Amino acid sequence: MDSPGDKWVGQSLPRFEDAALLTGRGRYFDDCGTPPGTLHAAILRSPHGHARIEGIETAAARALPGVAAILTGEDIRATTTSLVVGVKAPMECWPIAVERVRYVGEPVVVVVATDRYVAEDALDLIEVRYAPLPAVTDPVAALAPAAPVLHDGLKGNLASERRFRYGDPEAAFAAAAHRVRIDVAYPRSACTPIECYGVLAEYDPGEDSYDVFANFQGPFSIHAVIARALRVPGNRLRLRTPPDSGGSFGVKQGVFPYIVLIAAAAKACGRPVKWVEDRLEHLAASSVATNRVTRLEAAVTADGIITALDWDQLEDCGAQLRAPEPATLYRMHGNMTGAYAIRNVAIRNRVVLTNKAPTGLNRGFGGPQVYFALERLVQRIAITLGLHPLDVIRLNLVPTAAMPYRTASGALLDSGDYATALETALRDGRHDELLRRRDAARAQGRHYGIGYTAVVEPSVSNMGYITAVLTPAERKRAGPKNGAQATATIQCDAVGSVSVHVASVPQGQGHRTVLAQVVADELGLRPQDIRVVTDIDTAKDAWSIASGNYASRFAPAVAGVARIAAQQLRARLTRIAAPLLNVPPEDVVLAGGKLHASGNADNALPFARVASSPHWAPGTLPAEDSAPLRETAWWTPPELTAPNESDEVNSSLCHGFIFDFCGVEVDRITGETRIDHYVTMHDCGTVLHPGMVAGQVTGGFAHALGAALYEAHSYADDGSLQTGTFADYLVPTAMEVPAPIILHHESPSPFTPLGAKGVGEGNCMSTPVCIANAVADALGLHDVTLPLLPATLAAHLHGAEPNAPAAAPKGERLLRGEGQARVNAPREQLWALLLDPDALMAIVPGAHGIQRTSPTDYTAEVTLGIGPVKGRYRVALALSDLDEPNALTLSGNAAGALGFGQGRGQVTLTDANGATIIAYRYEAAVGGKVASIAGRLLDGATRVVISQFFAALARQAAPQAPWWQRLLQRLGLRA
Amino acid sequence: MKPAKFDYVQAEALDEALATLRAEGEGARIIAGGQSLLPMLNMRLARPAVLVDIMHIAALAEATATTETLRIGAAVRQAALLARPSLHPLLAAALPWVGHAQTRSRGTLCGSVAHADPSAEIPLVLLALQGEILLRSARRARRVAATDFFTGMMQTARHEDEMIEAITIPQPRTGEGYAFREVGRRHGDFAIVACAAAAHATGVRLAIGGVADHPAARELPADSAQWDDALDAFAHALDARDDLHATATYRRQLVRKLGRQVMQEAAACRA
Repeated sequence: MDSPGDKWVGQSLPRFEDAALLTGRGRYFDDCGTPPGTLHAAILRSPHGHARIEGIETAAARALPGVAAILTGEDIRATTTSLVVGVKAPMECWPIAVERVRYVGEPVVVVVATDRYVAEDALDLIEVRYAPLPAVTDPVAALAPAAPVLHDGLKGNLASERRFRYGDPEAAFAAAAHRVRIDVAYPRSACTPIECYGVLAEYDPGEDSYDVFANFQGPFSIHAVIARALRVPGNRLRLRTPPDSGGSFGVKQGVFPYIVLIAAAAKACGRPVKWVEDRLEHLAASSVATNRVTRLEAAVTADGIITALDWDQLEDCGAQLRAPEPATLYRMHGNMTGAYAIRNVAIRNRVVLTNKAPTGLNRGFGGPQVYFALERLVQRIAITLGLHPLDVIRLNLVPTAAMPYRTASGALLDSGDYATALETALRDGRHDELLRRRDAARAQGRHYGIGYTAVVEPSVSNMGYITAVLTPAERKRAGPKNGAQATATIQCDAVGSVSVHVASVPQGQGHRTVLAQVVADELGLRPQDIRVVTDIDTAKDAWSIASGNYASRFAPAVAGVARIAAQQLRARLTRIAAPLLNVPPEDVVLAGGKLHASGNADNALPFARVASSPHWAPGTLPAEDSAPLRETAWWTPPELTAPNESDEVNSSLCHGFIFDFCGVEVDRITGETRIDHYVTMHDCGTVLHPGMVAGQVTGGFAHALGAALYEAHSYADDGSLQTGTFADYLVPTAMEVPAPIILHHESPSPFTPLGAKGVGEGNCMSTPVCIANAVADALGLHDVTLPLLPATLAAHLHGAEPNAPAAAPKGERLLRGEGQARVNAPREQLWALLLDPDALMAIVPGAHGIQRTSPTDYTAEVTLGIGPVKGRYRVALALSDLDEPNALTLSGNAAGALGFGQGRGQVTLTDANGATIIAYRYEAAVGGKVASIAGRLLDGATRVVISQFFAALARQAAPQAPWWQRLLQRLGLRA
Repeated sequence: MKPAKFDYVQAEALDEALATLRAEGEGARIIAGGQSLLPMLNMRLARPAVLVDIMHIAALAEATATTETLRIGAAVRQAALLARPSLHPLLAAALPWVGHAQTRSRGTLCGSVAHADPSAEIPLVLLALQGEILLRSARRARRVAATDFFTGMMQTARHEDEMIEAITIPQPRTGEGYAFREVGRRHGDFAIVACAAAAHATGVRLAIGGVADHPAARELPADSAQWDDALDAFAHALDARDDLHATATYRRQLVRKLGRQVMQEAAACRA
């Protein structure tokens, strides 16, 4: 296209970003080089879910050549201030453990060395003495009076509780024909970007200032949090971002505690310090979405109209409340009624702390948790009332005529025609055919189900919504917070070429292409003529607290403000050109790289000449237009007001609409869920770039499919992390993600400059519950828990197992086993062997330095290995319940770099015609690194180690063993 | 995630590799495709003092077929074998389940056998087909039947100074039928249950991976009326455990149900 009158916006142009990204020329954090003298950090992390730090022995690590500094929590506490906590509660939030560890993966020691290899070698030489404490990982259990308390200042683990009431929910429930309730526990998942965190920090003592380069994504309100923690004013913290970022999905907001940590390390070293997070660190301790326990009840008329909702949400933010948490709980506050016109709402919100990684931003932020409850409830209402789920949705959708619609809890739904979008989706998504497919499958005895979901997708967050966690009185004292400042700067240089800068920090979404389209349309240029810069330097660029790339704000806010800046620039260009063209400014047209008179394309000036004229000939221009062309526009929507006295919150500016339906089949043998047909209808307002919108929807769908079928950030009851690698934290690949059918119904937003709304997160909200509803339909399930494990679904299909063995007690994570060995030696000999340290040293595989600390207690250094996996452990063994020579109990614990374990075994010796049968039963618990990254192998590995012990015992006890004969002689026994 | 220090020996000949193994003892580790070992090095789960790279020993990179057996050298990559125009049908069915195309382009068959992961497909096929493992040390060479080789979780009959020189697999015989099925969470994941069956005139040999701590095989009768009881007994004997991805019950049920399907399929291929 190159003809004036057509618009670039709305076209799927090839992305300017792609040539570099697809040929390996992207400039990500780790591609950007380091200043001379840069040191490298590695972080020692907690293997325990909850423990007191009793001592940290760093001398051996300090002595390692190349190690520059070793910093513990005490060192960091001495030079920084606790990170701000978003609720009024007596708790601190450090970027590294101080006195106590509260989750697996929490930083304990930072080592700075000449390179990362040396730094990791030094980590191995540090000994931390932990006194393990009871851990609590379940949010409900964490509220129990006897639960271990994470933060002593809080007394319990409840960090915040607020109740809200809109309309008259009590009256609505009293009058309701039906009350339908659902209880759900939404699991933790994370968006796992390909590129992990990276921080490069330098401290300038002359200026008392920090220069930080990090792949932080915003919001830049966090700049204030970092500066405060580093004890400098904002103007002494320069924060820069790389040009490219390898995915974020919210997660790279969570790099900020590490910015504080690495900046503090740089100050301590007097050298630049770089840290790149590895995947093990990322999966254990970056930024995971909250898990939430929700009880939701609806008041429903006999016809199926929902008149009230009663929400009880218990939000689990992990071990700390890290800014901006508990925002996940409040992001949806204005639209807790979803796509429905429900006037009466009661909400109780509680925030609880548990021994799990702290939570933070992830695509969908708060939406998946809310809609899983709400849309499961809609299906339950349909079943309870004998209605079709579509009818319940249709009956309750916000009517088109009511737009813009103020929800009960304060959101202003900007635009939409939900009913038409729904019916269009059913028609164009071939719903009739889907019903026939289901019926045909069921007629063959297959398990086929259909799910439906209607949601609103909020975008452009109100920077004041999180203050709803405070009471109106507390808010009054703190001062109002609201708005969502966006900014763009456009300038023309000395040859009249155009550069655009926005404070957005994209992670591959294609912002530069869309901004070029938007600006090209306003200035009559081609997109390839526009140079767009999206990385941020807080020391030089225009930015504000809402800057960054989150809350799906790019299309509605950032692209919108770029248009405003372009319009400002255009106004100045037309004023400069008008006298030269002899027409009034309003008759100047910008098209085809020229400024010409309206109706006379021959009366024209090249764009470059006009745009460069203030540089070359300012004296020819009126004083007010003589400055070079550089326009910075600021935009914040007036609709985003602060929460009011009644706790009504317009939490987001835009509300897209999504209606999804899908058909799934559950395999009758394997219990696997196969998506047969998935339709997702979006109203995201004006579509700026159809290809990128399809990309956003497809990507969100893939993340959502992961949450529905595969992904769960999982902890054992003792606080051990069970999903420490991608072998256990299962992200769907191209092989698992089918292509959804994507449909659109455009209702431009009246509140944004381009009519666009956000679209990047919606499927993370709609898709998990849509799939869950379909599976519930397929199997006739009342309750569905994500992820939909084939083993769990298969249990419904297979029924009770024939002659099933006794199950282990529920929730217990002990490894159990038993075995026996036959030894050609009498029991007395074996007994003596077990009580002799020298003999034990020979028996315990890989033992050295065994010491007897009491007649029945031993300590040793032991090298244990399974295949190539080898590690050195400090082991303590104790013998008890001595019943010579029949039985004893062997108990012990081990700790080393790969993890820790404890166990006990009952050993019985039975005489068998002069030989002895040694029988043993054991139970063991293993935690730490090896449990996090090789959980699949723990059980078998434990068996190997224990059987190695008894095999060695049998070998050493056998009379033909020369060593044993010598030993027996030494012991004065007969061979 | 950086490995601890190690020495690296790029062996140019088998003798050099074996001499290094003999000299270094348990501190040495053979590296072939590295698809299991390298992550273990990077996570510092494994800390060998010396890595002996055998991928430059030309003699080990050959797969040779006779009418009786297929001999697969220690440096034969999975992708290379899969690309052969004709391959044992059970191997051809199972190899695409080994990791991903990317890992198969590096990983070797013998490396997978040496690693002895309980979920691995190649050890399972070797066991189902009663293949052999050719072990060699500086002192001697010996053959071990697959039935005797896999002894536990990542435990094998290999001695510290030995390396796998090759594996051999009997060629398909007329009158036999083969089938393979696997269930994992995602494509390329560790098997929750993998079944390999070889049906012959007098019965069906069924091998199960992913359940016990090493692959296990049983001869089951030819009469399908006896299969349910036989599979139930096999399922219980495997001592299935719960883990994050599946329950013990689920594993036993899959042994019963998938096992039966695979046996049927193998028997049908025979006919």
